[in-house]
This record gives sequence, structure tokens and C-alpha cells, in this order.
Amino acid sequence: MNLIVLGNIVTAVILLIGAVFILIAVIGLMKFNDPMTRLHAPTKVGTMGMGMMLLASVVHSFVLGESSMHELLILAFLFVTAPISANFIAKVNLHKRTCVPPPEPQQDEIWSTFDVPDQK
Amino acid sequence: MARLLHWLFPHPLLTLILAVVWIMLQNEFSAGMAVFGVILGTIIARATAIWWPDPPAEFKMGRMIAYCFVVIWDIITSNVRVAWIVLTVPNSKLKPAWIAVPLELRQPEAITILAGTITLTPGTVTSDMSDEGHSLLVHVLHTDDPEAVRDEIKHRYERRLMEIFS
Repeated sequence: MNLIVLGNIVTAVILLIGAVFILIAVIGLMKFNDPMTRLHAPTKVGTMGMGMMLLASVVHSFVLGESSMHELLILAFLFVTAPISANFIAKVNLHKRTCVPPPEPQQDEIWSTFDVPDQK
Repeated sequence: MARLLHWLFPHPLLTLILAVVWIMLQNEFSAGMAVFGVILGTIIARATAIWWPDPPAEFKMGRMIAYCFVVIWDIITSNVRVAWIVLTVPNSKLKPAWIAVPLELRQPEAITILAGTITLTPGTVTSDMSDEGHSLLVHVLHTDDPEAVRDEIKHRYERRLMEIFS
């Protein structure tokens, strides 16, 4: 068993793990019935699923002898931007009252999403 | 001289990161690339300096790297846990909860990192912040004990971030 075969097997295993996590996230997206709980599914795809896919790509390119670092950048950009979109979706849910109303904050008066100027 | 250096490199770390990102985008290393990356990093850092008024007073790089590894480990373990919840817990038995996490952190950068960490770890999503910035609103997918989740966030992440930014 030479290095390329071994590398291919490792790549395949990592791809499979990533695919399983993406599949479970999609099942979660379809199964949950509340917008806020549904929001938890994409965070899984964004971290573990994509992370495993990109790791497989890195391993594969190293096995073939052409090292590639783009994947790390993709992962870094994804990790920086994913929380922001999740935050916006959550804020829309809060605004539309499509979820259980949140508790009041302890020290301050109001959550900043609800802190809208009076409309006249 | 020092003032000139400060004017040219208002955020040395940003310049360094931009240069490294540029080299990684090229996917190959040469001296010319590195020089061009540093030039780009200088120009971009200088041009956007007005939007970064005060750099954090203290920032411990070594602890930040350690924090990254803690977060990656937590992402992996909580992914498995959430996958198990998705597959086994029926909708009727799911116990989602809102929790308000009181914040001791004051620096905007640190709060941003904390909120991003909470969202990246599956099972918890940061939804909002209170108007004066004293607490975060976090949604938990499934928990029997919301207070334990809150304490874990405070002990595991916030305490480390306090050490990084102080």
C-alpha cells in the first residue's frame, strides 16, 4: 500500500464524515418546526460539514504533491461570516414574532433589536 | 519617527494578517509576493484606519491561539451532540430555551468574538444584545438546564477572552 492509496482512503473517509454531518443538518432543517430551532442546522453545515470537505481537499492536494492553502482561507472567511448571517436570521425571527418571546435582559431595559425609534 | 511609523502602520497586526492572506491567495511563495502583500497590507490598513478608531489596548496572541484550539475542539464535540439530538429527540420532546448571558467583557472586539464563538458552536446561536451592551441573548436548541449552559459559556469562553483582552 503506497502513500497515494493511503491518502485517497483518508480523503474518502473525511469526505464521508463531512457528508454525513451535512445530511444530518438537512434532516434537522426539515424536521424541526420552529424557525429558531431550524436555525441551528445551518451552523452545523457551516462548521463541521464544510470543515471536513475542505480538510479532504487539503489532504488530497498534499497527497498529489501540490500543496494548497486556499481551503484554510475559505474556512477562515466562512467562520467569520457565518455567525453574522445567523444573527440576522435570528433578528428577523425576533421582529416577526415567529418564536417564543425572549426574556427581558437583566441589567438593561430592552434588547437592541426591539429598540426602534418611535415612528410618527 | 515613531509618529511616522504609527501613521504608516496604524494596526500592525492587520497589516501582517493582510499580507499573509495575500500570500495564501497566491498559493505559492516568492519574495516579490511577500513585498507586494506588505504593500497591500499597509495601504488597506491605512485607508480603513478611520473605521478602527482604537485598537484593543491589550491582546495576547498566544492565549488567542490556545482559545482557537479550545473552540475547534468544542465545535467538533458539540457537533456530535447536536447530530445525536437531531436524530433521536422528537419535536414534541425538544426543549429549546432563551438564555440571557450577562457580560463582563466591555471591549467590542471581545464581545464580537464571544458572540461568534457561541454561534459557531452548534446548539447555541447568539441572537441579540441588550441596548447598553450588558447581556447577550442566546438561543439553545435543547437543554434541561438553561443555567448550566449560561455558566458554561461564562466559564469556558468569557473567562478566557477576559484574559486575552486584559
